Amino acid sequence: MEEKIRVLIAKPGLDGHDRGAKFIAQALRDAGMEVIYTGLRQTPASIVATAIQEDVDAIGLSILSGAHNTLLPRVAQLLKEKGAEDILLFGGGVIPAEDIPYLKEHGIKEVFTPGASSSEIIEFIRTHVRR
Amino acid sequence: MSIQEEAARWYNQVYRKSVEKFPERKPRFSTSFGEEIAPLYYPQTESEEASRLYMEKLGFPGEYPYTRGVQPTMYRSRLWTMRQYAGFGTAAEANRRFKYLLEQGQTGLSIAFDLPTQIGYDSDHPMSDGEVGRVGVAIDTLRDMECLFEGIPLDKVSTSMTINTTASILLAMVIAVAEKQGVSPAALEGTIQNDILKEYIARGTYRFPPKPSMRLITDILAYCSKEVPKWNSISISGYHIREAGSNAVQEVAFTLADGLAYVEAAIKAGLAVDSFAPRLSFFFAAHNNLLEEVAKFRAARRLWAKIMKDRFNAGSKSQVMRFHTQTAGSTLTAQQPDNNIVRVAIQTLAAVLGGTQSLHTNSRDEALSLPAEDSVRIALRTQQIVAYESGVADTVDPLAGSYAVEHLTDLIEEKAAAYIDQIDELGGMVEAIESGYVQREIQKSSYQVQKAIESGEMVVVGLNKFQMEEEPPENIMRLDPAIQEAQIASIRIVKAERDEREVKRTLAAVRAAAASTENLMPPILAAVKAYATLGEIVDEMKAVFGEHKETIIL
Amino acid sequence: MYAASATMNKDDFFLPHGKLNIRRLARFISLIEDNPEEAQADLAQVYCENHQALLLGITGPPGVGKSTLTDRLIAHYRSLDKKVAVIAVDASSPFTGGAILGDRIRMSSHATDAEVFIRSMGSRGNLGGLAPATMDVMNLLTSVGFDVVLIESVGVGQTEVDIMHLVDTVLLVLMPGLGDDVQALKAGMMEIADIFVINKADKPGAQQLQSEIAMLLSLRQERLAWTPPIVETVATEARGIEALTAAIAQHSEYLNSRHAEEKQRKRDHRFQRMVQQKILTLALHFLQDNQAYQQWAREASAAAVNPYAAMRDFENHIKLKWEV
Repeated sequence: MEEKIRVLIAKPGLDGHDRGAKFIAQALRDAGMEVIYTGLRQTPASIVATAIQEDVDAIGLSILSGAHNTLLPRVAQLLKEKGAEDILLFGGGVIPAEDIPYLKEHGIKEVFTPGASSSEIIEFIRTHVRR
Repeated sequence: MSIQEEAARWYNQVYRKSVEKFPERKPRFSTSFGEEIAPLYYPQTESEEASRLYMEKLGFPGEYPYTRGVQPTMYRSRLWTMRQYAGFGTAAEANRRFKYLLEQGQTGLSIAFDLPTQIGYDSDHPMSDGEVGRVGVAIDTLRDMECLFEGIPLDKVSTSMTINTTASILLAMVIAVAEKQGVSPAALEGTIQNDILKEYIARGTYRFPPKPSMRLITDILAYCSKEVPKWNSISISGYHIREAGSNAVQEVAFTLADGLAYVEAAIKAGLAVDSFAPRLSFFFAAHNNLLEEVAKFRAARRLWAKIMKDRFNAGSKSQVMRFHTQTAGSTLTAQQPDNNIVRVAIQTLAAVLGGTQSLHTNSRDEALSLPAEDSVRIALRTQQIVAYESGVADTVDPLAGSYAVEHLTDLIEEKAAAYIDQIDELGGMVEAIESGYVQREIQKSSYQVQKAIESGEMVVVGLNKFQMEEEPPENIMRLDPAIQEAQIASIRIVKAERDEREVKRTLAAVRAAAASTENLMPPILAAVKAYATLGEIVDEMKAVFGEHKETIIL
Repeated sequence: MYAASATMNKDDFFLPHGKLNIRRLARFISLIEDNPEEAQADLAQVYCENHQALLLGITGPPGVGKSTLTDRLIAHYRSLDKKVAVIAVDASSPFTGGAILGDRIRMSSHATDAEVFIRSMGSRGNLGGLAPATMDVMNLLTSVGFDVVLIESVGVGQTEVDIMHLVDTVLLVLMPGLGDDVQALKAGMMEIADIFVINKADKPGAQQLQSEIAMLLSLRQERLAWTPPIVETVATEARGIEALTAAIAQHSEYLNSRHAEEKQRKRDHRFQRMVQQKILTLALHFLQDNQAYQQWAREASAAAVNPYAAMRDFENHIKLKWEV
């Protein structure tokens, strides 16, 4: 049987710009993955609870409001607390390059800045998910 | 009448009268070789058919169908308002930035609010964590608003506020601050975006469900038409729809369909169309394809005029579509950010050649973070250079008559009208949105564009062609994380100093009004003056209206 | 990766202090989805008959508000302190095999409730016309103690309709002004509905829809003791939910007490599906490795051969092999 890659795509916080997140969700589906899309206004707690129930292999968080330094590490921390750090956590949106080292130190495996292609993201997921 | 006769009439009656009230900027506009530039150019034809077609499709600026512009002299008398969107962090910081921009020659203020303020959460609410003061100013109480406008005379400066769900509260705060400055609401000039329908479609800062949100909007329209007559009570927006990935036709169609929905709702609520429609204004994006964009603006003006005249029998002041434009943020790249200055310059030309009333130009570092001060200044200079050096502001609707532009104008109008007919079939815009039709159409277009960029079919210079290795940019705007703490502390102080009984009383009045058909503006104004917080006022309305959950269309 | 073991039992899914180990449960569900064969042994160990569990199915055309309704039902059963599980099935792309599973958005208020478990499943389009894992997951969930299991699926494909045979009570959700007649509904949906729900009942046409359904019901040949009621709801405003849950309770009572054979019939049907699925899986498994079969299949599908003759040959061959 096949092992499907399951990815949670979520928008944490109050940011309402979901064009990019929707595009990635569709691109991942077109690449054969199952995408749990949870839409806007997700709290870190609900993102992690969802990720665990859905047993996703990866979580992609899209954020364009600048609140990434607070929200992304919070998700990583909660994953750790729940014993789910093996879930691949990545981010995208308007995130300045200088913030990326901080995010990577705090559990975010990769950050895709504007201009990153969907194939890059797909390749990254395929290569890095736990198997 | 032939064009010549119409033109003569227009010159002698309409143009002359207008110039008396709004004199032109210069006694004479000249070419480099001494020739005078006329206020308006039009076909030199004797043909009856050509004249008829010209009058039907183009007409004269300031006259139905307003294709060529909403005023007879346009920028020859008054340039568009240069209105740069700004505001971040605390009200005090925003106040400083505003004073800087006013000094630099900006002529109106445009205020951005942070997401908690836009959605109705106080800075100390759990949902606000990490978001306070990020994309705009945090406003929790009237105290913050007083700080924001400190030293800024509200009777001299017009203020545009990008606020939707909580527009009623922010408007009430402006009125309260103005009162303290000794300025009567009747003298206030400005705009609130107050366009909730596009929030459901494209922008996401909704809170209440569609029906009660429409009611709030009609309450504001009614209140303003009596108490704040110079205030633009709604800025029907296509910018976000375009940014969400729609094409130019959809931008026009869905924006005008939203406008239609508001007009119908207001009329249903008992307002006479001419009592509020003149104060409706619009907001569009300016994209890269200059010819298409100019055609788009002209088509939008013509289509709205026809809709107002044919559907609602509205008077000429209601037929006029005035709009603000913002250059398209989504066209800017993080790669080679200086290229964005060029993009914005082209988009500025498009907006000006399209006849915009006011314009915000994006800064080059838009894709990276909130813009730095010098980037903002360059963006403003872009407008000033186009205004004073390029000559496009020296004659009205210069591209009229271009085969390409006129054809595109006709095409965009036709296709947008077809969309509006379809929406009518679906039962109106609210229905169309609730069923997901609008979002689906936008999704299709957005997906296509993205795929085209990824495949390289659509070239984006510096992104998928002409790339180069780059150093990460410096000088990025950094937000002080202590802002959230400061704001939370500030709320505590206000709460400690205010009269709790008065707050309770005014909040109860808001809830009662929400549950009845009473206009919500007066009770909101009273609560604001009692220093109730934004979140407290929203919670009263939420108790009655409920909260909205998004419709996912993928 | 989850490690299957034949010595596992139901208790493995619980933490020392008695709470459900969600992560373990979720990982096992993934195994069921990805590798049902491997999961079978453990499923046998874990399975625990749970007669009290309420098995609900919610189906209907897209856009009628099923997810919002599910959200309201979760809230209702939670208010009765029941443990609730939801399986939300969405169609997978037949081309890429991928899927966007977005039903749980409408249930996001329950995301952090430890007594609510929501799992999204793609139909993964497979042989036998049944989302293969759905039944196994449903059995697993009842075995570990969920009082209510809701299976929600869009009723547009055969797979999705088949899923409804897994549950005891099927809610068919419709809304006024669907455009198409009720008669155009996927064949089989009308027959399996135990309760009709007219959601968005505040929209014009609700009365008309009720009449249409009532008329179709009256035309039904079969005379069962249970006449499906028609309940009106406005899920976004939580209106009509009490009436709906009352109807569900009535149907449960009907199944459990007065007409136990009805419930047994459903259980028999489920068992039969399991058997069919097993036979199919076994057969294919066997044939996959069988050289002779592979060769024959290649030759038989070549254009020159008469497919009916080929089938006859195959049948004879199998009968010979299996001595039937």
